[in-house]
Amino acid sequence: MRLLTGNDLKTGAVTWWTGSDWSIHVEDAADVTGSEDETARREEAARRVNAPYAIDAEMQDGVPRPTHIKERVRTLGPTVRPDLTLKPAEPDLGNWVI
Amino acid sequence: MAELLRYRDDETVDHPAVTVDAFLDQSNASAVRIEPGDDARDLLPHLERLALVEVNFPAFGDGRGYSSARILREAGYDGELRAVGDVLVDQLAYMRRCGFDAFEPDQQLDKDDVQAAFERWPEVYQSAADDRTPIWTKRHA
Amino acid sequence: MYKYDQYDQAMVDARVEEFRDQARRRLEGKLTEDQFKPLRLMNGLYLQLHAYMLRVAIPYGTLDSRQMHALADIADKYDRGYGHFTTRQNIQYNWIKLEDAADILADLSKVEMHAIQTSGNCIRNISSDHFAGAAADEVVDPRPYAELLRQWSSFHPEFSYLPRKFKIAVIASDTDRAAMRLHDIGINIVRNDAGELGAAFYVGGGMGRTPMIAPCINDFVPLDRLVTYAEACLRVYNRYGRRDNKYKARIKILVHELGAEEYTRQVEEEFTLLLDQGVEPPFAELERVRTFFEDPLFEADASPDIDRSDPDFALWVDRNTVAHKADGYVSAVISLKPVGGIPGDATAEQMRLMADLAKDYSFDELRVMHTQNIVLPHVRKADLHALWTALDEAGLGAPNLDTVEDIIACPGLDYCSLANARSIPVAQRISERFAKTGKTETLGQLKLKISGCINACGHHHAGHIGILGVDRKGVENYQLLLGGSEAEDVSLAKITGPGFDEHGIVDAVETVTTVYEREREDGERFLDTYRRIGMNPFKEALYG
Ligand code: HEM
Ligand code: SF4
Repeated sequence: MRLLTGNDLKTGAVTWWTGSDWSIHVEDAADVTGSEDETARREEAARRVNAPYAIDAEMQDGVPRPTHIKERVRTLGPTVRPDLTLKPAEPDLGNWVI
Repeated sequence: MAELLRYRDDETVDHPAVTVDAFLDQSNASAVRIEPGDDARDLLPHLERLALVEVNFPAFGDGRGYSSARILREAGYDGELRAVGDVLVDQLAYMRRCGFDAFEPDQQLDKDDVQAAFERWPEVYQSAADDRTPIWTKRHA
Repeated sequence: MYKYDQYDQAMVDARVEEFRDQARRRLEGKLTEDQFKPLRLMNGLYLQLHAYMLRVAIPYGTLDSRQMHALADIADKYDRGYGHFTTRQNIQYNWIKLEDAADILADLSKVEMHAIQTSGNCIRNISSDHFAGAAADEVVDPRPYAELLRQWSSFHPEFSYLPRKFKIAVIASDTDRAAMRLHDIGINIVRNDAGELGAAFYVGGGMGRTPMIAPCINDFVPLDRLVTYAEACLRVYNRYGRRDNKYKARIKILVHELGAEEYTRQVEEEFTLLLDQGVEPPFAELERVRTFFEDPLFEADASPDIDRSDPDFALWVDRNTVAHKADGYVSAVISLKPVGGIPGDATAEQMRLMADLAKDYSFDELRVMHTQNIVLPHVRKADLHALWTALDEAGLGAPNLDTVEDIIACPGLDYCSLANARSIPVAQRISERFAKTGKTETLGQLKLKISGCINACGHHHAGHIGILGVDRKGVENYQLLLGGSEAEDVSLAKITGPGFDEHGIVDAVETVTTVYEREREDGERFLDTYRRIGMNPFKEALYG
């Protein structure tokens, strides 16, 4: 599957296209296969996202998991500071990312 | 093409600008256009017959034109020096300092933004092709 | 320390307002991201892996306690309570909002700080010797020259859209503590036989994907022509540096392709023309700047004795303090490399403590080292025990300067969008390994440097041991390099062979240190042994 991601223009937060809006949780991300360019162009022009691009991902346990490690680090936060990630209480976070 | 911004009192030159090569070949042209890869120093022997030099910025990030402008001013050129092409409001103040006194941007610039850009810097640190006195000279005046 | 006058303050304030206006135009859609990017970069604002990242300049690495407090306050107020000190004497904040950026710059300007030209294709923050003004071996304090160049390069109208970034370092001693020859321009302030001061110019060094050591193009530029000469070097680069290929755009490629001799010829030609143009500041300005860097009032009779009865303290003194030009004083290094920690990171609390200690024990001065540590430059020997006690309680007392635990590491894949692999965890595992085996101390000086990609922000080319993260079919992989040095014996490290995975690289580092222990002769550092015996024994041990 393909996910559309970018950063929030004002805050810089990593965001995912849900099909109708942007979310900071990859769990909310929608498959954008086929519509990625058009959505990216429209949303960037409306300044609802900054520098959007599409990436490859796979469904795993009901959650999209980006194929590339860089995108997985981006999804949750720095592996060396679990306290600063989106899921600070999750002990197995590292396994999902790496 | 957007409106010409011009900070000179003399008449606007309306001859079309020719390339540097064409200018060097033909003795009657008085307007020339410098591309980023051209050597502004090729024009130095002919400054007295030049009334307009356009310096093209095909992309705003290519800063060679700033050096071209200063080189011409350092050599005494006092005709019109016009920045053309991808000229954006945030580059205007630096261009002015390098000796440009006219701007013909591809995209129309917001008038208020242009004025703000020229009024931005209360002082300057270094000397360039304009007549502003650098801070370090003022400190010891 | 240098203090802004009304002119400096007015310039920095104008820049804050300029950026506020640019950010507003971006948020309103008047600027596209392509147009905004170079503008925000020239104010140190990147878009990184998790958020915007702000890089704040610490000119020539010097700051006072008030400024360090301000950095701590910014970390708390706008970021997540910490910052990362970098190899170019800057500090980076990783969780910045575009909406807040102008306010942060305004807060900085209140303490005479800024983020001007900390990124972008312009002249960057000028770095210097972290022991400037304190080192026993310096010819003069190099910082007045760095300050003069800071002013010259700030908002330079001709050199703000260069082919690529441009980094300058200024030192003034034979010992190079600033990786001077790995900069676009390295300047060494020297004294000639007649006793006059001048500047030796080294041009065209750099790291990145094509590391090069800068050749000396002029061994004595008189001080009253320093700025004019720099202007000539930059103009030749701005006109002829490559713009067709981003990876060949640094000045090192121009100098290499033209040859140092031809580049020098062009610079000299330009220099001659520029001499008539009045670009040089009045000499009185250099004299004015110098007055800010006069020695603090050292006690003439400060005691030379240190009570070494506490062995932990004695070890820290041996490792982390450095000879000072004034009797009874040392420069003390605060290690930001606790075992298993993140190299270069400091919490707001730690920053405040370091600031307060600087006030109490170091004439209110701190320095940032290119090795991502902090220096208190002027500490009385008699105060060392009290200083160390306070540091140790706060987890800042690691006695590991220049050891294998004192690792330089870039942010790598944990923070950086350009990264191929993580750097920080590798640094953490290595320092833990050596702390556990207890070999740190016996290995002596061993500079280990890690970059998460070919850009070499972690100086891996200049490590006695270097580690470079690469991407091997989507999996992190690490190449090992040996034999680099950023110091006066500058050299570029060479790759040992095939790379290692995350665990293998830690073992590999241990393996090469074992070879060193086996082969070393009296007094040899790791680097000396490598230079004497060459790569092969290390290769054999690594790959069989
Ligand atoms: C996280 C954001 C960062 C980004 C996007 C970044 C980007 C880059 C890039 C693209 C280069 C290569 C330039 C070239 O070869 O032309 C580079 C070089 C460098 N960076 Fe960074 N960097 C970052 C962080 C850092 C940090 C944290 C440090 C210090 C620890 C640093 C210090 C350096 C140094 C010393 C160089 C080598 C300069 C040279 O090539 O001569 N950078 N950086
Ligand atoms: S070396 Fe590469 S990974 Fe490390 S900070 Fe620089 S650009 Fe990022």
